[in-house]
Amino acid sequence: MGQLSGPTDPTADAHWEHIHPRKGFFTDTSICIGCKACEVACKEWNHNPQDGNLELLGSSYDNTGELGASTWRHVAFIEQGQERIAEARESGRALVSLGMPRIGPPAPAAPAVTDLAGADTTPPDTADFRWLMSSDVCKHCTHAGCLDVCPTGALFRTEFGTVVVQDDVCNGCGTCVAGCPFGVIERRSNGTVKVATSRDEHAKHPAVPNVGIAQKCTLCYDRLLDDQTPACAKACPTTSIKFGDHDDMVETARERVADLHAQGMTEARLYGANENDGVGGTGSVFLLLDEPEVYGLPPDPRVPTADLPKMYRRAGMAVAGMAAAAALAFLGGRA
Amino acid sequence: MTLSEFDSFRPSEPARRRRQGGQRGTGRRRDNGDGSREMPMVPEPEFASYYGRPVVKPAPWGDDVAIYLFLGGVAAGSALLGLGGQLTGRPMLRRNARLGALTAVSAGAVALVKDLGRPERFLHMLRTFKVTSPMSVGSWILSAFSAGTGVAAVAEIDRMSGSRLPLGPLRKVLQAVEGPAGVEAALFAGPLAAYTAVLLGDTATPTWNAAHEELPFVFVSSACLASAGLAMVTTPVHETGPARKLAVLGVVGDMAAMKVMEHRMDPVVAEPLHQGKAGAMLKWSERLAVAGGLGTLLGGRNRVVAAASGVALLAASALTRFGVFEAGLASARDPRYTIEPQKNRLAARRAAGVTGDAITTGS
Repeated sequence: MGQLSGPTDPTADAHWEHIHPRKGFFTDTSICIGCKACEVACKEWNHNPQDGNLELLGSSYDNTGELGASTWRHVAFIEQGQERIAEARESGRALVSLGMPRIGPPAPAAPAVTDLAGADTTPPDTADFRWLMSSDVCKHCTHAGCLDVCPTGALFRTEFGTVVVQDDVCNGCGTCVAGCPFGVIERRSNGTVKVATSRDEHAKHPAVPNVGIAQKCTLCYDRLLDDQTPACAKACPTTSIKFGDHDDMVETARERVADLHAQGMTEARLYGANENDGVGGTGSVFLLLDEPEVYGLPPDPRVPTADLPKMYRRAGMAVAGMAAAAALAFLGGRA
Repeated sequence: MTLSEFDSFRPSEPARRRRQGGQRGTGRRRDNGDGSREMPMVPEPEFASYYGRPVVKPAPWGDDVAIYLFLGGVAAGSALLGLGGQLTGRPMLRRNARLGALTAVSAGAVALVKDLGRPERFLHMLRTFKVTSPMSVGSWILSAFSAGTGVAAVAEIDRMSGSRLPLGPLRKVLQAVEGPAGVEAALFAGPLAAYTAVLLGDTATPTWNAAHEELPFVFVSSACLASAGLAMVTTPVHETGPARKLAVLGVVGDMAAMKVMEHRMDPVVAEPLHQGKAGAMLKWSERLAVAGGLGTLLGGRNRVVAAASGVALLAASALTRFGVFEAGLASARDPRYTIEPQKNRLAARRAAGVTGDAITTGS
């Protein structure tokens, strides 16, 4: 059993005999165009069924809603005006001035916001209005809450450092759903696939696979075994989704955020690149242009299992208390 | 959330849930400014979310799991009472507690299996032992507890039926292991009552996670008062003296642990414990526990009063479990309970000079 928190190499902790580099995504949301090719490619490759009824959610161009059992890539759309952009610049600048640990040369000092009038304002860096688009995915955490609490061993750490559900082992207990601090994994229910029309060929819709079983992104484990790029990264037309060795991805992300800061986009920040955070760093690193909660990501996630030793100690004390109460009840009864 | 001038064309976001809770009766005053609770002195912090959608997912558990939380507690406490009856020569208490424990643990296990996504794979729970998974540890505790309880209870059934169970030569074995089985069950009773608290605490569900330090004490106390209540219902008063004491101890422990828990939790995350269905259930749980405790203390030697108090205590325990369960699910459904406390603790760490452990970094 590996550590429960802090920086570590998850593959080594899982005692894989042969060493593979840890794989991961770097999702650069600053160049995402919201085409949803990743969502489609993911569904097609992984044979994921339709998620819910086809309906308009009234949240910009996002009619997918959230990650779930049958949605392993989710493109978020956020529309923002000038004021919010300014706020995002401020909060991003505050992060830089915190003096976070950095690798490589420090980023050049960001020019003031007013200088932007003369800056190159090619999309997405429009001053008045912007559309944030971000393709969310399982984080494949260093300390994965879902994996830790899985009672059957259905969830496991692959040789690539990713976290995958074994369909034939999972019994659908649902503990992992509550264990994930990012709300990624979900138990697949069978009530979600409905035929849109009554046409005959639609009625022959294939049965939903893996009903009642927890499902999430596998980082295309089957493709990785064959030295292939995951379907979403392969389909991404702008290379917003990058795939590769985790260390390279983090380095690319750091370079990219430094570049954006140099261009005056102080709102750019990394999410998941810090191995000292509450989940020991994520396998999927993101470059965001606003606070994480704007994208539906938790601002300070912490793997619940990090506190498990303390919880067991408290439970032990409670058990002792219960035994003492029972003993007192009976011994007192004789007196 | 955006601040676009086109926002007026957007359909309105769903109303914030926190204002809906606790409208009925006197419950409202407690939350809102009569001075009995600490009031925040700063304006409510604005928080951004993605179209008001939840960040974490609630556990896909139905009422079956809440029922199990209750029944597991009843079974655990009953096994302790059964052992006490066994060791102190109270045959009625021993018999009823053992039968109660087996009934409760069997019904609880059925509820658990029923709640699985793939019930036919329930045995997969025992294909490994994982210390990091409270569910795995709990499955083994439940199995070990059920084994001892089952043997002890079958011995009682055999005795009640005048040795009519078709046991043959195994009867002697049964009678020989009956006592040790009762001890074994009691050994796993405490862990059975407490592990469910760890199971709920070890999740990203905000209210459960924030309760992780005190919830074990709430749950074992609730188990004590519930099982004592059951014994007071089933067993004549001359043998339930210890059960009455256990009931009073349980009520005191339950109230104290609950108060400490609510006090130590982040005030935002504690909100679901006071609102809506969960708030109402926990309020009634407290009332019934007090009523049952007082009834036990004052009239526990009267068979009718004892039985009525026992019923009140059982109901109080069931409501505690359902209330805590529902409060957690409600906290997962509203992004506020995930985002606000996390932002606050991050800001507090930064204010204290800790800047190296945030998931969001500038470089």
